[in-house]
Amino acid sequence: MRKLTLAIAVIAPMLGHAASAEDTIKIGYIDPLSGGGASVGEGGLKTFQYLAEEMNAKGGILGKKIEIVGLDNKTNPQESLVQAQKAIDSGVRFITQGNGSSVAAALSDFVTKNNTRNPGKEVLYFNYAAVDPSLTNDKCSYWHFRWDAGSDIKMEALTNYMKDTPSIKKVYLINQDYSFGQSVRSDARKMLGAKRPDIQIVGDELHPLLKVTDFSPYIAKIKASGADSVVTGNWGQDIALLLKAAADAGLKVNWYTYYAGGAGGPTAIKQTGLDHQVFQITEGFANSGNQSAMDFEKAFRAKVGLSLWYPRAVNEMRMFKAAAEKANSIDPVKVAAALEDLKFEVLDGGQGLMRKDDHQFFQPIYISSFGKLAANEPFDEENTGWGWHLVSKVDTAQAMVSTTCKMARP
Amino acid sequence: MLELIVISTLNGVLFGMLLFLLSSGLTVIFSMMGVLNFAHASFYMLGAFFGFQLTKWIGFWPALVLAPLLVGAIGMAVERYGLRNTHKHGHVAELLLTFGLAFAIEEIVSMIWGKSPVDYRVPALLDFPAFTIFSTNYPAYKLFMLGVSVVIFVALLIVLKRTRVGLIVQAALTHPHMVGHLGHNVGRVFMAVFGVGSALAGLAGVIAGPALVTQSDMAAALGPILFVVIVFGGLGSLPGAFIASLVIGLVQTFAVALDGSLASAFGPLDPSAGPSVLTDIWNVTIAQVAPIVPYLLLVIILIVRPMGLMGTRES
Repeated sequence: MRKLTLAIAVIAPMLGHAASAEDTIKIGYIDPLSGGGASVGEGGLKTFQYLAEEMNAKGGILGKKIEIVGLDNKTNPQESLVQAQKAIDSGVRFITQGNGSSVAAALSDFVTKNNTRNPGKEVLYFNYAAVDPSLTNDKCSYWHFRWDAGSDIKMEALTNYMKDTPSIKKVYLINQDYSFGQSVRSDARKMLGAKRPDIQIVGDELHPLLKVTDFSPYIAKIKASGADSVVTGNWGQDIALLLKAAADAGLKVNWYTYYAGGAGGPTAIKQTGLDHQVFQITEGFANSGNQSAMDFEKAFRAKVGLSLWYPRAVNEMRMFKAAAEKANSIDPVKVAAALEDLKFEVLDGGQGLMRKDDHQFFQPIYISSFGKLAANEPFDEENTGWGWHLVSKVDTAQAMVSTTCKMARP
Repeated sequence: MLELIVISTLNGVLFGMLLFLLSSGLTVIFSMMGVLNFAHASFYMLGAFFGFQLTKWIGFWPALVLAPLLVGAIGMAVERYGLRNTHKHGHVAELLLTFGLAFAIEEIVSMIWGKSPVDYRVPALLDFPAFTIFSTNYPAYKLFMLGVSVVIFVALLIVLKRTRVGLIVQAALTHPHMVGHLGHNVGRVFMAVFGVGSALAGLAGVIAGPALVTQSDMAAALGPILFVVIVFGGLGSLPGAFIASLVIGLVQTFAVALDGSLASAFGPLDPSAGPSVLTDIWNVTIAQVAPIVPYLLLVIILIVRPMGLMGTRES
């Protein structure tokens, strides 16, 4: 009797999920919702929820509603796999993740194995922010698709800009001690060395990921090195606290960053008073000048109360819809096939391409600087009165890099 | 180089004093009651969040007084209704109680304030650079933190060593019955001590909140280093905790400043000579291992001098 009760208790919820899976498409959002990465993780969750609501209001995908399931991975690869398994068990066939390339590598591997072992129950992994180049090179997977530009693509664009800035003479590198931070540092060394051999690298720092509570000692070191520019891939609290410590100490250098616009970053930059001396490289930004993107930004801010930090999430969700409609199916295998070589008009304007060879999405890349707003720039950040300003745009064709990916296809 | 030394010393002292502010309450509770309070860092976190909330409602300065009082009251309640009942079951039960409490507080805080950092800012009155050394600014708020820590240290020493209250508290620990016969309420003394210890943690939270990050995992992030401080300084010794805080603050700051590695001291290993793991270890800089240096100190002191720098009690 007890065994029967137990069996019913185990099976009943499964049936429930199977039934509800008919009319909704569940997307498992696996990212930090606690700890040092929580500010970016929660922002991402709200972005995806907004996008799902927006699509549901217009009839969803192939008549099915989209539901975002938020799962906290604490920026921990092991915890992510537990959450991914939990999601798959509850009927999720699409997962999305972005924060932490170490997490992304673990997830990509997990999904690949899962799909080999469970034919007919494949899962797709949409990566919207983990930019370690290896994910689309030697560690590439057919089931992984990336919408953000790899860190090598971004560094290529960033160093092309730095190359033409003669005032840069001494560069300090400070990055998080894990796969992504290390790839930023080695790419920066390699590309700056090739393009501007006269630039001196006066410091090359790695610090623990999301563990440092006070960056003053690091700032003291940057100051002592005599650097005029800092290159950093830091994200989450690591960039906000780094800029905060720089603001406190009054460090005056140019900052070349990937994520200075993250929560807390703009406030700290305003405090430093570094008007248009902090640069960021992204696939889009609030004041890009593209009308439909700016309309989207306005509506997004009004509803969510945040700036749109992930234009690529918009591209990801809209391309998902486009691929599903092209395949006329939400079966992950058919969606994956439809995504390959799919061309798509991105949010901030211009055509992007999901390259078949490595499942990397290529799109226009922007370098913007943070400071006082010009007349045609309506959006500030974190109520500072300062906002992002276009410095340089790299078109899709120029942002393409080669890949070493040898993909195992099903 | 001189610049780096001066600045690192300043940074180290500032961080060390913050550590002391945190560990002073833990030390007081341990030395008076023999209870190793695992929830201490959680009281610190409560202080930060109460400080944040009260600052929003009534401003920073009233919050600076009220929030520690609130945390102290919670501490007293924990002693009165929790620890006092488990005391008869011995130290392990007490330890487990505070351990469980730490988890409960973290969950409650993240339920109320969410898991991402709250926007807790330095009060406008102290939001300016106090002075400039070698073109590096020092925020007035950091000096304020330093001042508060020193005042607390001196005040605690005086109260414990020089006043009647301190006498009764110390006597109550070793001879509770005698103190009871003399007409003092021993239970109330313990409750007050626990309350003061918790309030100190709360005060540290209110002050450190704007300078560091106020979020629901801050207790877990700072908890371990606190135990390093009190064990290193000597369990129950206030001057020991003071010295240990400074040493750990300085060691950690200077470790970050040093780029030296085994490779730079002895020359690089030929990569072809050995497996790459070896060359990796050879090239790790002191700066990279800075975060684990305090724990290394803990291990060493436990081996060499188990009672800690100035402790009298075997742990």
